[in-house]
Amino acid sequence: MIALERRPQASTAWTWAAPLMAVVLTMIFGGLLFAALGKDPLVAIRTIFWDPLFGEFASFYRPQLLVKGAPLVLIAIGLSFGFRAGIWNIGAEGQYILGAICGAAVGLALYPSEARWLIFPLMIAGGALGGFLWAMIPGLLKVRFNANEILVSLMLVYVAEQLLAAMALGALKNPEGMGFPGSRNLAQWDSSVSWIDRSAGLHWGVLFALGAVVAAYALMARHVLGFQIRLTGQSPRAAAFAGVRPNRLILVCLGLAGALAGLAGMFEVTGPAGQITIDFNVGYGFTAIIVAFLGRLHPVGILLAGGIMALTYIGGEIAQNQLGTPAAAIQVFQGMLLFFLLAVDVLTHYRLRLGRKAPAPAPRPAPAPEAAE
Amino acid sequence: MIDPALLIASLMVASTPILLAAIGELVVERSGVLNLGVEGMMITGAICGIAAALWAETPWAGFLAAAVGGALLSLLFALLTQVLMSNQVATGLALTLFGLGLSALIGQSYSQIRAPSLQRIDLGALTDLPVVGRLLFGQDPMVYISLLIVAGTWAFLRFSRAGLILRAVGENHDAAHALGYNVRLVRTCAIAFGGACAGLGGAYLSLVRVPQWTDGMTAGAGWIALAIVVFASWRPWRLLLGAYLFGGVTVLQLNLQAGGFAIPVQYLSMSPYIVTILVLVVMNAGRAPGSLGRTFHASH
Amino acid sequence: MSDALLRLDGVTKAYPGVVANADVSMTIRPGEIHALLGENGAGKSTLVKAIYGLVTPDRGRMTLMGRPYAPHDPHAARAAGVAMVFQHFSLFDALTVAENVALGMEDPPPFRTLAARIREVSETYGLPLDPFRTVGDLSAGERQRVEIVRCLLQDPKLLIMDEPTSVLTPQEVAILFETLRKLSAEGTAILYISHKLEEIRALCESATILRLGRVVATCDPRETSARAMAEMMVGGSLHVPARDRAEPGAVVLRIEGLSAASPRAFGTSLKDVRLEVRRGEVLGIGGVAGNGQDELLAALSGEMTAPRGLIFFEDHDVGPMGPDARRALGLLAAPEERNGHAAAPGMSLTENAALTGRVREGLTRRGFLDWGRARGFAASVIETFDVRTPGTETAAGALSGGNLQKFVIGREILQRPEVLVVNQPTWGVDASAAAAIRQALLDIAERGAAVVAISQDLDELMEISDRFAALNEGRLSPPRPAAGLTVEEIGLMLGGAHDMDVAHV
Repeated sequence: MIALERRPQASTAWTWAAPLMAVVLTMIFGGLLFAALGKDPLVAIRTIFWDPLFGEFASFYRPQLLVKGAPLVLIAIGLSFGFRAGIWNIGAEGQYILGAICGAAVGLALYPSEARWLIFPLMIAGGALGGFLWAMIPGLLKVRFNANEILVSLMLVYVAEQLLAAMALGALKNPEGMGFPGSRNLAQWDSSVSWIDRSAGLHWGVLFALGAVVAAYALMARHVLGFQIRLTGQSPRAAAFAGVRPNRLILVCLGLAGALAGLAGMFEVTGPAGQITIDFNVGYGFTAIIVAFLGRLHPVGILLAGGIMALTYIGGEIAQNQLGTPAAAIQVFQGMLLFFLLAVDVLTHYRLRLGRKAPAPAPRPAPAPEAAE
Repeated sequence: MIDPALLIASLMVASTPILLAAIGELVVERSGVLNLGVEGMMITGAICGIAAALWAETPWAGFLAAAVGGALLSLLFALLTQVLMSNQVATGLALTLFGLGLSALIGQSYSQIRAPSLQRIDLGALTDLPVVGRLLFGQDPMVYISLLIVAGTWAFLRFSRAGLILRAVGENHDAAHALGYNVRLVRTCAIAFGGACAGLGGAYLSLVRVPQWTDGMTAGAGWIALAIVVFASWRPWRLLLGAYLFGGVTVLQLNLQAGGFAIPVQYLSMSPYIVTILVLVVMNAGRAPGSLGRTFHASH
Repeated sequence: MSDALLRLDGVTKAYPGVVANADVSMTIRPGEIHALLGENGAGKSTLVKAIYGLVTPDRGRMTLMGRPYAPHDPHAARAAGVAMVFQHFSLFDALTVAENVALGMEDPPPFRTLAARIREVSETYGLPLDPFRTVGDLSAGERQRVEIVRCLLQDPKLLIMDEPTSVLTPQEVAILFETLRKLSAEGTAILYISHKLEEIRALCESATILRLGRVVATCDPRETSARAMAEMMVGGSLHVPARDRAEPGAVVLRIEGLSAASPRAFGTSLKDVRLEVRRGEVLGIGGVAGNGQDELLAALSGEMTAPRGLIFFEDHDVGPMGPDARRALGLLAAPEERNGHAAAPGMSLTENAALTGRVREGLTRRGFLDWGRARGFAASVIETFDVRTPGTETAAGALSGGNLQKFVIGREILQRPEVLVVNQPTWGVDASAAAAIRQALLDIAERGAAVVAISQDLDELMEISDRFAALNEGRLSPPRPAAGLTVEEIGLMLGGAHDMDVAHV
């Protein structure tokens, strides 16, 4: 008989061991999955987790880590505020798309001006604002009408995808594109390109992501707003007693998440993606949810988790090319990772007790805790 | 011109997947559990359904397999949330992400293959009645089954002792525990029922509505089902109304698309999602079950 | 003893770090009203949960009517003839009375029959109930009737009642006692858990006293003084708070006709509440649970804001202000629920100190928290109020109820309040901690602060209040001087017997 027993205090050791254990479990079960698909599990795991970093062509793959990791980290940092406070914005994908559309639109409106010092900052502001406003829709509807933010933000992803298609085919279509859908290539326009060093994978989004990690750390650990966010997540009633205005907090958390997701979209469209196309978004907004949880909603953890997730993207592509594994396998992999994390997480708050034997009584029975009442 | 009877008939077909998924989720939420994995269970049902239907060469095998597949996936959710006490929102999201990936993985070898379809019933003279005949007596069997499930759920919740216990568990799990009811068991059963219904809904998409497999074919239907449960204030008959209303919007916008109106297709395609948002804004007066979404741990 | 209804032999139950019951033996005879006495944490609840099948003892035997009795769940206990009325009701707000009753029965009859039976039984025992009303809309007293009727419908041999009178007015208590005596005369044994000694002396024939999980004494309460029983419970002599009563000063807090809807579903709205509190006085506000206590506290703490012109602190119109603005002026509050309202159980004591101490203790600088100072503040609360904890970084939820209560009250008191509003300041706290908290409240009043003490414990209010007012269904009675009020008068202020009748004995 195994019983779970609530720990009086969350275990710090397990807080950090759980994600590692989840990664290991995912490797094991992922290996089994590959074996079921008729691939050598060891080779597959090595291809995904080792080759991009230390394999023969690692110098080619390593920059990709920054390219894939930056949007994941940027979005996940934004999501972590809300998740900490119990505000579930799961529509980051939509905010990411709107950031890209608005950022690109600002730039394209000024095409072909050469005033980069003006245009690029304006585009950044446009991207952040686009994501921010898109996130304000579920925020305001929640605050004004108590509409469920989970469902509204998610619905807006589908709306954003349609809007993206409409833009790629309509307003933002490249007039010189010979009728092909998609905008001008922003990465090839000196005024809007976000690459700093393309061969190293370095673009402005990477710097913004690192900046966001530092800022989020300071905010959560020391600032009153971070304290209020954590307090709201812990117990909303205590937060209200402490003077937190829940509606304001909802708007702040959603707004931050939207702005950061919008920035990620804007840097993507001016760098790695280059242009607005129908299939511009590849699911970073959803994968970032996994990144946020895997990183324990902690800025540093998110940075590490973003790296691991980027690795699975790159490794997945390599495995696809070299071993012929299906593209969807990596999606299963990521879903599995979140499952294992949530499963192992039980050990953070509970300890396992085997058998029904009573533990040794305390030397002097202290006043019983709440549990004995 | 569009024949209104035909429009309503196609509305019922368009609504059925969402209705099935939503009635399952309604039972889950009445037991106090919020399972956001409906989308993942639906799409798993869609792929299980088409795979089994092709293998056994009958759509009924598909529906059976879909219900089993959806229920199995939902039991994973039950294991995590009921035994390992994980956060229900996060676990539901994980279920959706996992289900989308898993279905895409299985679905590779099934794309573009038409499934053996479900025949509409034909009651001769009755079905040939003008207007009502096609509506009442000429649908495929799953439409009637979905209506039976709604009626059965209503009767179960309202009149049966098990239904009373389920509502009690959802309303106040601590009190239910104190009276000796097995909160986890009740919830696990509800979750499995919800998974089976979502699976059926998904299979209806891949076997009747479309009917073939495409990646991500549920396209948010599971999320819309969740919204309709809120719209219905957790009551079965209002759920039916909500699902048919939604089906109406879908059919209407598809007809407008086909009618070649001067609005770009994308803006019409947005409409079901925007309508869902509007529904969430206008209809949220219902009182949710008291323990909805809260983790239960029997403290001594 | 061959005539025993229920016998316990060496029942032991341990939880990690604490023995809830150690080698408990006791006997209950048929038709006996037996008291189980003890302080909070003495192990009363664990013991009755073992009898009701919610907890499985580690060791020991139980015998019911001569047969071995080991219920593995409450269904088995009910089938064997044991019923229980819970302290925190086991009711379902959104369901009807009849549905609630059915859920507590093993084999309920069809609903129409059940409804008729509920009417019949409830009238016989003077506890009228409408089977089709929604339980969430009932008053606390009525809710308790639902619990009792649910038990009575099963003809129990043993009825366990866990602190039943904490939600009743004195008149309602009298009626409940009539019902219990009638039941006892019909042969039903009652195991009555309470810490209200005078009640036990009035009702019970025998008593078992627990301390730290062990049986320390048995006695006949009719022949033992309340003080003697209290000392057996505590294991020492009691300190009675004292102070010099000074003339009250100027009015510092004023409410002028506040009406406000409750923010919670099934909460109680405040209706035209008026009060004035002066410096140096303690205003006691009594009332049965669920009559607007939470709402009144929220209206004063600032969690619930009010329109202009209704709530005044000195000359400031504080109605529209939030909690922090009110704290800045000196209007502080400590709510009833420690875990999750006054404190966040998952956060450290340092963080919980900052939760309310941020403004008055200057714990922030340009929006950033000074955790060093917060830690210092937490440490001084811990030291001044003798909070037993390993340190300031311990999670609040890891503290015992009494220690956490000392922390949350101490946290407000150390901020030098001008007005302190407390709700249930000593609920679930052991006697020595309760005495310390009451003394601390009297001390700040003596220093010139005003104290508004909301409590359901009338003895406590009589001990510390200068004036007394009662909350009944969201209405506040005009306050009266506490000295010289009789139990009878207080009971009428609390709403009397509502619509109960004395049992038709």
